[in-house]
Amino acid sequence: MSTTQQLEDFVSQVRRDILRQVHQVNSGHPGGSLGCAEFFSVLYKEVLQTKKDFHMDGKDEDLFFLSNGHISPVFYSVLARTGYFPVEELNTFRKINSRLQGHPTTHEGLPGIRIASGSLGQGLSVAIGAASTKKLNKDTHLVYTLHGDGELQEGQNWEAIMYAGAKGVDNLIATVDYNKKQIDGSTEDVLPLGNLKAKFEAFGWDVLEVEQGNDVEAILQGLAEAKSRSGKQKPVVILLHTVMGNGVDFMMHTHAWHGKAPNDEQLVTGLSQNPETLGDY
Amino acid sequence: MKVYENTGNKDTRSGFGVGLAELGMSNPNVVALCADLTGSLKMDEFKANHPERFFQIGIAEANMIGIAAGMTIGGKIPFTGTFANFSTGRVYDQIRQSVAYSGKNVKICASHAGITLGEDGATHQILEDIGLMKMLPGMTVINTCDFNQTKAATLAIAEHNGPVYLRFGRPKVANFTPENQTFEIGKAIHLQDGTDVSIIATGHLVWEALEAAKTLNEAGISAEVINIHTIKPLDEEAIIASAKKTGAVVTAEEHNFLGGLGESVARTLAMHHPTPQEFVATQDTFGESGTPAQLMEKYGLSAASIVEKAKKVVKRKA
Repeated sequence: MSTTQQLEDFVSQVRRDILRQVHQVNSGHPGGSLGCAEFFSVLYKEVLQTKKDFHMDGKDEDLFFLSNGHISPVFYSVLARTGYFPVEELNTFRKINSRLQGHPTTHEGLPGIRIASGSLGQGLSVAIGAASTKKLNKDTHLVYTLHGDGELQEGQNWEAIMYAGAKGVDNLIATVDYNKKQIDGSTEDVLPLGNLKAKFEAFGWDVLEVEQGNDVEAILQGLAEAKSRSGKQKPVVILLHTVMGNGVDFMMHTHAWHGKAPNDEQLVTGLSQNPETLGDY
Repeated sequence: MKVYENTGNKDTRSGFGVGLAELGMSNPNVVALCADLTGSLKMDEFKANHPERFFQIGIAEANMIGIAAGMTIGGKIPFTGTFANFSTGRVYDQIRQSVAYSGKNVKICASHAGITLGEDGATHQILEDIGLMKMLPGMTVINTCDFNQTKAATLAIAEHNGPVYLRFGRPKVANFTPENQTFEIGKAIHLQDGTDVSIIATGHLVWEALEAAKTLNEAGISAEVINIHTIKPLDEEAIIASAKKTGAVVTAEEHNFLGGLGESVARTLAMHHPTPQEFVATQDTFGESGTPAQLMEKYGLSAASIVEKAKKVVKRKA
């Protein structure tokens, strides 16, 4: 169990990794990655019960699926810094012959990845499948997911949400990165999501709201609460209220940095706001 | 000429159903998923025997493909069942990303393929699915010709590690391949020896090809008949060897001539042994309502069409 300070130090390093990855290749998605840095850090360091070595079949361990694959920089940073692959490999992000593809994939054999994502809306179905196999295998570990809020505009999600609710897939904890932003602007302007809590509840889900989605303590409590609600005939969803671009002042509260890399000067500014705690790669 | 006996018309989808039921008994890792077409796909027996391993997804094919991909994580071998149209075109991106690119061991089993779906018409008659599926890297594409072969293929794909598209149909057609045959993925089956023309057929057109060979034989044309049940990986050796022997090729399939078996054969021959070729296939058109027999005749997918194209290609030989 890490202290709050240790978790925050970890998050600071993850933010540096995100900025440095996208800056180096002048491409990638820093905004959503920064908004979920605390979530990934808490999930991987404190919550997921996983085996020491990576096994694709994921038997007798918790699983995580990233559905909004464009926030790969945060996923890669946290995977590397929790031991799935060498931290130095972050240097290869989005470069030719790399295992760190623009969007996560199993194709290059990167440990920690169990499904390709990038084309949106597919992760929840995959997670339901993995959760169903766990039930068949009498494996009591849980399946976690993360989805963008804008991603919920994809219809396949609602097929999956209907199925999981109707069939009581209760070993599944989904999280929505509820930052209310997408590429073209605010979700409110692009296509309003309406009352997400009521929608999930209408489909038979147990809904948990975490208002402070960039606070490691709040996330930790939220995930613990979600876990305590699993196994009760309902899938659980956390509406995680986050700030896109969190931790880098000029990237916060705007969709402008959804898929844009900082220039040299902006990188210096961003890094100055996030101290090097575990050593840059 | 070898004589092939039709032991009684049967639908290929029932071959799938019997094969799946057998797999249910023999392989505890096999699970079945269906999008509200259990009866049409003949999955009832599996469902009755193994309710815990049967997943009714509802009318939500995208979700079905994703769930199937996820179920492989932990060692299950998912067989999805719906019509060919809803197994491919409707869910292309889900198959592309969650199954093919992710390298998942999913068996996409597709009934009611092609024009012989009949009266439901063009909305349901996909003639583009072989093309869609064979373009996906790593996807194995199989189109079986009769009941016995479909059953054998169903058993065989469970043993193959990797994504598979298994295409079969609705109507009752001649059942003439051996009962309890061993199905070898990617291995062409030589049905008739001939010297003047090679008829390379898949699916429902294989029986038509055998009928055509008899007619051609009476007209003094010796036709070789090859059953290509696996369109990908294609048995190129068998095709090249036959083309070298006969110097003329007719391909026959219940599919658009764009993207189907014919194009795979043409590519193979263009690279290794350029040979005159004629195509029995639909001509870049949608289908329509009608009985299977009426449609096969109207769209030129009959033994008579194969005979006509064979005569034509023989004349084109240098």
